[in-house]
Amino acid sequence: MSKDNQILEEFTSKEYEHGWSVNYEADEAPVGLNEEIIRWISAKKEEPEWLLEWRLKAFRTWQTMEEPEWANIHYPKVDFQKLRYYSAPKQTKKPKSLDEVDPELLAIYERLGISLNEQKRLQGIAVDAVLDSVSVATTFKDTLAKLGIIFCSFSEAVKEHPELVKKYLGSVVPMTDNYYAALNSAVFSDGSFCYIPKGVRCPMELSTYFRINAANTGQFERTLIVAEDESYVSYLEGCTAPQRDENQLHAAVVEIYAAAHAEVKYSTVQNWFPGDKEGKGGIYNFVTKRGICAGDHSKISWTQVETGSAVTWKYPSCILKGDNSVGEFYSVAVTNNMQQADTGTKMIHIGKNTKSRIVSKGISAGKSQNSYRGQVQVMKRATNARNFSQCDSLLMGDRCGAHTFPYIDIQNPTAKVEHEATTSKIGEDQIFYCNQRGIDTEDAVALIVNGYAKEVLNQLPMEFAVEAQKLLALTLEGSVG
Amino acid sequence: MSTLTTQDTFDVLLESAPQNFSALRTAGKELYQSAGLPVAKAEEYKFTAITKKLEKSISDFRAASPISISKNQIIESTFKGFDGYTLVFSNGKFLPELSSQIEGIEVSGLNESTGGVGTIAKAEKDAFAALNQATFNGGISIKVPKKVQVDKPILLLSFNQSNDGQVITPRFWIEVGDFAEVTFIDQSVGLVDSPYFINKVVEVKGGINSQINYYRLQHEGDQVIEVSNIETDVLADARFTSVNISLSGDMVRNNLSLNLLGSNCEGNMYGIYLLNGKTHVDNHTNVDHTIPHAESNELYKGIFDEQSRGVFNGKIFVRQDAQKTNAFQQNNNVLLSEDAIVNTKPQLEIWADDVKCSHGCTVGQLDEEALFYLQARGIDKTLAKGLLLYAFVGEVLEKIEDESFKNHVVGLIQNRLGSKF
Repeated sequence: MSKDNQILEEFTSKEYEHGWSVNYEADEAPVGLNEEIIRWISAKKEEPEWLLEWRLKAFRTWQTMEEPEWANIHYPKVDFQKLRYYSAPKQTKKPKSLDEVDPELLAIYERLGISLNEQKRLQGIAVDAVLDSVSVATTFKDTLAKLGIIFCSFSEAVKEHPELVKKYLGSVVPMTDNYYAALNSAVFSDGSFCYIPKGVRCPMELSTYFRINAANTGQFERTLIVAEDESYVSYLEGCTAPQRDENQLHAAVVEIYAAAHAEVKYSTVQNWFPGDKEGKGGIYNFVTKRGICAGDHSKISWTQVETGSAVTWKYPSCILKGDNSVGEFYSVAVTNNMQQADTGTKMIHIGKNTKSRIVSKGISAGKSQNSYRGQVQVMKRATNARNFSQCDSLLMGDRCGAHTFPYIDIQNPTAKVEHEATTSKIGEDQIFYCNQRGIDTEDAVALIVNGYAKEVLNQLPMEFAVEAQKLLALTLEGSVG
Repeated sequence: MSTLTTQDTFDVLLESAPQNFSALRTAGKELYQSAGLPVAKAEEYKFTAITKKLEKSISDFRAASPISISKNQIIESTFKGFDGYTLVFSNGKFLPELSSQIEGIEVSGLNESTGGVGTIAKAEKDAFAALNQATFNGGISIKVPKKVQVDKPILLLSFNQSNDGQVITPRFWIEVGDFAEVTFIDQSVGLVDSPYFINKVVEVKGGINSQINYYRLQHEGDQVIEVSNIETDVLADARFTSVNISLSGDMVRNNLSLNLLGSNCEGNMYGIYLLNGKTHVDNHTNVDHTIPHAESNELYKGIFDEQSRGVFNGKIFVRQDAQKTNAFQQNNNVLLSEDAIVNTKPQLEIWADDVKCSHGCTVGQLDEEALFYLQARGIDKTLAKGLLLYAFVGEVLEKIEDESFKNHVVGLIQNRLGSKF
């Protein structure tokens, strides 16, 4: 037991790696939230009238809504009037190329291990980096443009492709969908926009990197991905934040629209600052992610590795509207110390012969709480719908909790739905087996955890899989009970 | 149609509640009034709009007074082959003169000397449990002393019928001593097919190393609305097994809670719901593992035809101290009709790390190949379907240890499946 405690101690005293912040001059909105602020943000971003109206409508609805309390998470309430809703690194003019971007900003990304330049070019990833609220630079735009792919910051999309934005914005996550989505709709500052035209297979992984830098700032980015008929895109998202004592709010909205025969793969490695070991500080990650398989034979696949955030409230969902469409959800959620995660998915089967698959792997350590909350709904019209769900929990230490709340609502007799869940800990016999073969406990845990999460990690694109595996090993180093 | 609002629906009933147990009733009333009937979006009653149903179907919220029951009715209502003791109730009121005398067991109407009433089925958990605590009429206390093994099953035979009022509030207090063994069969008979509301509470206090079986058959008229709260404390080395068979009713909600309080104890919950028409059955079960080394098993199987609806919510709660817990839960459903609906939520809440917990849940339909196999061997489709469905629920039927009751249930199920075999 003493050995366990010692290892646990070591692990829990591990500091957050990305917890540095950079002093740069920021262009900020005044603290607080009211219609004036929204007008200010809108004006700042030189938005058209319809978008301002849209924001204001969302804001007015938001004011009438109540913060949801059903999730299995506890945290001091956010005072929305004390937050800053816009914070942009100060730049006098828009950069034309990477060379013109403030070197200090680039250095931030350098430290995060994502370089925006040549290195990445070799790896073939196009990156759109969002710092606090503003998209800093988008790489590879020209290469993509040749194929007709639009990949740019959201504000740019509003200016250059207003017809597309207008058509799809809010079509999957309506502005009044939930409390945080409404808030995001009112104050969203930037994000990424991605459009894949008909028949195009995006040759590289598209990637966004989010980072919250300024104190007391909420980050409200909005991502919109539209995949036209027979197109394919794989999209990556990564997040970090500096270490601060206050809680920071991240309330993003991601919308995916997949037309007939289109396939969208969305992968996230989330490593927001989780707070220190007493649970002080950290990011509140209240995110709404939803995709619609609007056309027949379309497919949306969500993969997430959640290791950060003090509180996570996130349910990437699929609306399977087109016949024969497929929705997938692969998740590894790791919580440690005082972290709380309430995450899962919703699969709404509307079309015929729709299929969905859910694989959720929760790992809890320290005093953390990890909940899976999911819904599989088969509507009346959805003949021959098929779902398979598996949600497993791994517990490390006797102070943590793992919870499962699956909702299964079936209205069609031809539906085949299976759900299974298990909860266990790393067995002493498993560790012993590894020890016997000369693998020390530390490595054995990494081995077992990676094996446990493999089904999900395998879904990640190569570069991400490596990062995720390292992240897992690092987060859980030695934390076996 | 009643025009009463949610809050004062049961005012008439509360005002005319019996005088005994005044402290208990006042506490129940206060809890009921502060909780109120479940509103439309209440998580615990999400898929079962019981309040709306009550307001729509029940017009007279007074207590139904007892009706006279003849010996013949008892004989007719007792299922074939039953060999045991019978305790008779009329609209929730215990009728000692028509009931068997059971040697070595204390049976009496609930009175204040009973002790313990309200300590197991806690009124703060559920508004209907609170309402029952405030308004129960009569009730029974059954005490099986230490080391007594009751040789035959005890049939709790309830006759129900709306009479003046339409609300029936039975309350059972069952105390089983250490090392004692007993089997209960809880069966209700609806005398007239008319709407009434049963709000039942059963409290079972098991002793150390006691063995208790509680079998329940819900097979009343299709206008019956029922909410039941059955809760039990299971102590060390003891075993409690519940088998719940639901076959009819308008809207039925069963809350079954097992509190596992002693090490090496075992709690089993089994159930079948075989529904047609517009019947809506909601089974909410809750196992609370509070101590190390306990085991719980749960298996509920549902078959839904026509416009029926089934709700299952199984919760396994493993507390931090409850290391070495084994908890298994399974819910399987078959939908036979376009209009049937299933909402199921197998829920795990685990706070201890050294546990083995699993749950599984399926919704599907009959295996076409199995059906074809049988048809290819000259068994017609209806019979083949019946056979397969019977086999599907068979696993639960096996859990019934009392042969005569099992045969009775098998008969009812085979009848419902449209074939004798």
